Amino acid sequence: MADEALFQFLHNEVIQYIYKSSEHGEMENGRCITKLENMGFRVGQGLIERFTKDTARFKDELDVMKFICKDFWTCVFKKQIDNLRTNHQGIYVLQDNKFRLLTQLSAGKQYLEHAPKVRKRNGGKLTCQALFIPGQLSPHEWFSLPLSLQYLAFTCGLVRGGLSNLGVKSIVTAEVSVMPACKFQVMIQKM
Amino acid sequence: MIQHTSRLGKGYLTKKESDASDDLNSELFTLTYGALVTQLCKDYENDEEVNKQLDKMGYNIGVRLIEDFLARSSIGRCQDFRETADVIAKVAFKMYLGITPSVTNWSPAGDELSLILESNPLVDFVELPDNHSSLVYSNLLCGVLRGALEMVQMAVDVKFAQDTLRGDNVTEIRMKFIKRMEENLPAGDE
Repeated sequence: MADEALFQFLHNEVIQYIYKSSEHGEMENGRCITKLENMGFRVGQGLIERFTKDTARFKDELDVMKFICKDFWTCVFKKQIDNLRTNHQGIYVLQDNKFRLLTQLSAGKQYLEHAPKVRKRNGGKLTCQALFIPGQLSPHEWFSLPLSLQYLAFTCGLVRGGLSNLGVKSIVTAEVSVMPACKFQVMIQKM
Repeated sequence: MIQHTSRLGKGYLTKKESDASDDLNSELFTLTYGALVTQLCKDYENDEEVNKQLDKMGYNIGVRLIEDFLARSSIGRCQDFRETADVIAKVAFKMYLGITPSVTNWSPAGDELSLILESNPLVDFVELPDNHSSLVYSNLLCGVLRGALEMVQMAVDVKFAQDTLRGDNVTEIRMKFIKRMEENLPAGDE
């Protein structure tokens, strides 16, 4: 019975590894996010398989999403999704006001120090920008994709993988509103 | 490729009756670890490189894990290596992995010991394919122990002596005390 902290340590180390072993550059950032997301996908598939062994069939798509928000989220993150919104046309927004994988980033200095370094253009010279500073991210600075996305990519995959094995094809993205709150957007794809 | 097969046999049924969500949390870690090892096998040509990488990553985790451990366990300073080994087996392993390895096979000098793991959560559902015979799948654990102990001024050498994934009956981690270190700045990430 592995402790929750262990997963968080491992998750952070996986992110470090993926980024360290890549070239630096805008393209690579995307590639790293994709790698993390794919890993999360496989884990999500496996996890949901074990989890729903004895669960009854889901009535509909909304039922599936509620399951993800309540049972699945509680199991993985020890709390439920705080807010679920939908346009009833296949788009769902899951809001977690205190996302466990971000709380370390905002609270613990030790993690800020060791957070992945991101290169940022600065008058033509490449410099290393060490930290994600909550709330000060310019949307135009796509060179330095928010660190937080790196910390959300795996979970996006987790959700996508879980849904996939429940028969729901989706695209999952995430954004940070104010640390440590974040939103996961699920777009159901018609098969 | 390393496969995850559902082994719903003896091992699963004899697990302690615990919260469903606890089990799942364990599986989250196990599955994530599996995904990591799979990724490493893709990235590196040979098993030795993967083993090294797992050890490095374990080290990085260990140097941080120790703080979490000391904060949550309120264990004081250990008097000697024997006490350290006991704490590792009975407190740390229990806290983080829910298992209690036995501490045996002490060397006459008292500087080397074995941790025998009856079960290893990392390898639930895992089978090693034939072309990865020298992969030390759980090598992360060695790095974790090494990194954590370094932060409390102990240099140790840790490696797997037996591995159920490779056909042995038990999993055995061999730990050797090298020396006490001076208090200095942490070595940092590798």
